[in-house]
Amino acid sequence: MADVTGVGGEAVEVRVVSGDVRDVREVRGVVPWGGRAREGLRGYRLIVAMWIRSTMAYRASFLLAAFGNAVISLLDFVAIAVMFSHIDALGGFTLPEIALLYGSCSVSLGLADLFLGNTDRIGVRIRDGSLDTMLVRPVPVLAQVAADRFALRRLGRITQGLAVMTWGISVLEVDWTAGKVLLVPVMVVAGAAIFAAVLVAGAAFQFIAGDAAEVQNSFTYGGCTMLQYPPTVFGRDLLRGVTFVVPLAFVNWLPALYVLGRPVPLGLPQWTAFLSPLVAFLLFLPASLAWRAGVRSYRSTGS
Amino acid sequence: MADPLISLDGIEKVFDVRRRVGLMRREKRQVRAVDGISFEVARGEVVGYIGPNGAGKSTTIKMLTGILTPSGGRLRVAGIDPARERMRLAHRIGVVFGQRTTLWWDLPLKDSYGLMRRMYRIPPARFEQNMERCVEQLDLAALLDVPVRQLSLGQRMRGDIAAALLHDPEVLYLDEPTIGLDVVSKARVRAFLRQLNEELGTTVLLTTHDLQDIEQLCERVMVIDHGRLMYDGALGGLHAMGEGERTLVVDLERELAPVEVPGARVVKVEGARQWLAFPAGESAAPLVAEVAGRYPLLDLSVREPDIEDVIARMYAGRG
Repeated sequence: MADVTGVGGEAVEVRVVSGDVRDVREVRGVVPWGGRAREGLRGYRLIVAMWIRSTMAYRASFLLAAFGNAVISLLDFVAIAVMFSHIDALGGFTLPEIALLYGSCSVSLGLADLFLGNTDRIGVRIRDGSLDTMLVRPVPVLAQVAADRFALRRLGRITQGLAVMTWGISVLEVDWTAGKVLLVPVMVVAGAAIFAAVLVAGAAFQFIAGDAAEVQNSFTYGGCTMLQYPPTVFGRDLLRGVTFVVPLAFVNWLPALYVLGRPVPLGLPQWTAFLSPLVAFLLFLPASLAWRAGVRSYRSTGS
Repeated sequence: MADPLISLDGIEKVFDVRRRVGLMRREKRQVRAVDGISFEVARGEVVGYIGPNGAGKSTTIKMLTGILTPSGGRLRVAGIDPARERMRLAHRIGVVFGQRTTLWWDLPLKDSYGLMRRMYRIPPARFEQNMERCVEQLDLAALLDVPVRQLSLGQRMRGDIAAALLHDPEVLYLDEPTIGLDVVSKARVRAFLRQLNEELGTTVLLTTHDLQDIEQLCERVMVIDHGRLMYDGALGGLHAMGEGERTLVVDLERELAPVEVPGARVVKVEGARQWLAFPAGESAAPLVAEVAGRYPLLDLSVREPDIEDVIARMYAGRG
């Protein structure tokens, strides 16, 4: 039996069933760098599909949970709206403008939370050693961790964010250009990717510090709470920190301010509003390296 | 050994243990969980891997499955370096952890199996065949629709063993597969493993505390202690090195003076119950007949020496 490599370098699996011993062996070709990602996505899909099926077995319970999720996050925005019954502007921003900031980061975090939200549970798995079982399956661990207990009810937060954002945009009188129209979806998706990278890095960090989940939450949930408000209400040092150190400002501040026709904070040039996808990509590199290092340093438990 | 399936050459695993000393200072200490182990396992062997708690058994298994990366030495399973190519290896090995399940806790057993089929890309015909086999031999038919969390320990273990075998692994690792199981479940698991090895030629490597697992399954035993291989050979040799004693526990009708029978001595008396020790190599039958004939016997049981016992004697005999 020779190694078999498929067209385009894709791993091909050959199972040989021989004779009456029913000896089944398998030969796999060299898995190229793209193969791992593909295997991960495939495994992720399989596990997610299974969780959705099992959620749908209790449809009423799912609908209630999703509805509750949306209502709770909606109340969150209602609180801001109530505040505006006493003031006209916050940090120079009107309510519809804040709705755009609020909605976009809510959708971004909601997407990251939906697709990767369970990575913060990895601390528990590392401590009790149940990560062992994931390491003996033929699917990248990150895909398994991310897909673990996939919860569709998290669509609630995304729905709410979209609603608030849509309302904001419909009320605002934006001077639309092609660039701005394009920037809105790009902002939401790149924002989700930035949060996702933070989640992966946070998960990697939990291999070293068992209960780092709270640190991770302060960047994701805490970060999103900050991004809901205009940058003008925060100090310059904080702005520098979230622009250059943990670049959360690229989730929505920079692109949204550009859409609103306001100056980009810290006196940065206008084109930086379009950098979000690049920032997300650059964040993923160290995050995935940290993740690999984390898995390699995994010590399991004594039994 | 020509073309061994598993080969270890000077394998080490060193853990850094950090301990807090005083308020801020931390002391770093190295623990050698596995300290230079070398052995080979041929295709089709059934090997028992035993040793006291903390000897390095689980650590070795975890290196053989790719969960842990060795600190030193060379390791190959089916020609694969486990830590480097964990996912490729996963298709060729099956793993059962006695202490934790590889199944999805909230899902019915059959959903877990369905997911395994897709995950491992098991051809449908092959999957059907293996399922049929496992369901029949492990008596799983009534359990397939039950969520894993509702299964008893014995049922879950059978479910886990089936899950580890659906993709036709060449080698099956079992870490304490009979821990916490009742006598009937233990017997069923052992019978299944024996049949698996005989019919499919699957290589089996198991760790256990139960000497009966070894006696009934393994032709070869490896004893590990303090991270080193202390013995590698047939079970008989191990017995010879550390001749153990079995215990006959008898319940008499009333409290009596210690019973006197040839070939055994009373080691403990507690009310109407007495403990008689006799050499592990001897049959219990004549002894039972003797006691039953001469004393008012109500009930009895035979206890096997446990592995710690045999190993302790082995060291004593050597020293």
